[in-house]
Amino acid sequence: MDISALKALNEERRARRAAVLVTDLENGGTTLVREGEAVGGELGAALANTFRSGKSGAVEADGRRFFLNAHLPRPRLVVIGAVHISQALAPMARIAGYPLEIIDPRTAFASPERFPNVDLYPEWPETVLGARPLDAYSALAAVTHDPKIDDFALKAALDAGCFYIGALGSRKTHAKRVERLLALGAKPEEIERIAAPIGLDIGAASPAEIAVAVLAQVVRAFRSRGMSGERRSKGEAA
Amino acid sequence: MENTAHLDDARDPLIIAEGWKDEGRAVAVATVVETWGSAPRPVGSHLVIDAEGNFHGSVSGGCVEGAVVTEAIDVIDSGTARMLEFGVADEAAWQVGLSCGGRIKVYVERLG
Repeated sequence: MDISALKALNEERRARRAAVLVTDLENGGTTLVREGEAVGGELGAALANTFRSGKSGAVEADGRRFFLNAHLPRPRLVVIGAVHISQALAPMARIAGYPLEIIDPRTAFASPERFPNVDLYPEWPETVLGARPLDAYSALAAVTHDPKIDDFALKAALDAGCFYIGALGSRKTHAKRVERLLALGAKPEEIERIAAPIGLDIGAASPAEIAVAVLAQVVRAFRSRGMSGERRSKGEAA
Repeated sequence: MENTAHLDDARDPLIIAEGWKDEGRAVAVATVVETWGSAPRPVGSHLVIDAEGNFHGSVSGGCVEGAVVTEAIDVIDSGTARMLEFGVADEAAWQVGLSCGGRIKVYVERLG
């Protein structure tokens, strides 16, 4: 393994960007491919699969044998709102392997008693996301219903290209939200990416069921990154 | 999976390998490249080894690490990468204890 390839790989991993380390199993040569870099031929097709699935493996491509080691950042799930839905979502997301953090400046909501063992930030989203910005491997769910708290985070998620953005509220609530986001400078086609009403349409009624719908929608968005058409359709509920 | 979205520098084998190399140590990287049946560590897992036999990470649940470390020290000396295979069908592998019933292929290369 080439030390310069390893250093470049670790730099990508620290910056939470996806990369695949390609090892030619015949001559031992290593090459780092960053997400979005164009690679042609059968190897390019295999790399596209690897970036999407995050699964490492040996492949035969272009008459050679390669090992593709996928290094995808862990998906980071940011929830705006320390509400009843978030109380159910926190343990579910942890079990599903989506590290979660909750931001809510209302300290009566964002209390450790209500959220044991959760990365909890009783601060404004502006503060927390300023220090730790969102990125393409982040998901954002805004569930406070309060524009003062949700809107900044939603705009930040659009700007960062988060793989998932969801917002709680009825269609009427969302229509007003769209107007506000447009006023903040978001483009209409970007705003289309927001899943609203939030969650897959499973007829969720209770806060815990809405949490299931949201988590399922996050997983689908993560596993269909880079796909187009109906496989990426948003689905909706709640 | 640990509940953090960020790298754990103190335990991440590839970060440790980079640090060792920067200190001037000779280093080998072992990688699980294929598994069959029940294998304790997924494809892509790393064990990193220095010339004194210090190691970090894992390629199995502790079953074959000893053998991989020995091979890795040879790879550091020779500079030639090796593909190792461990499984219950293999007498030597049984001796080093991959008793969980799986088979794994481990690629060992020098970091250069």
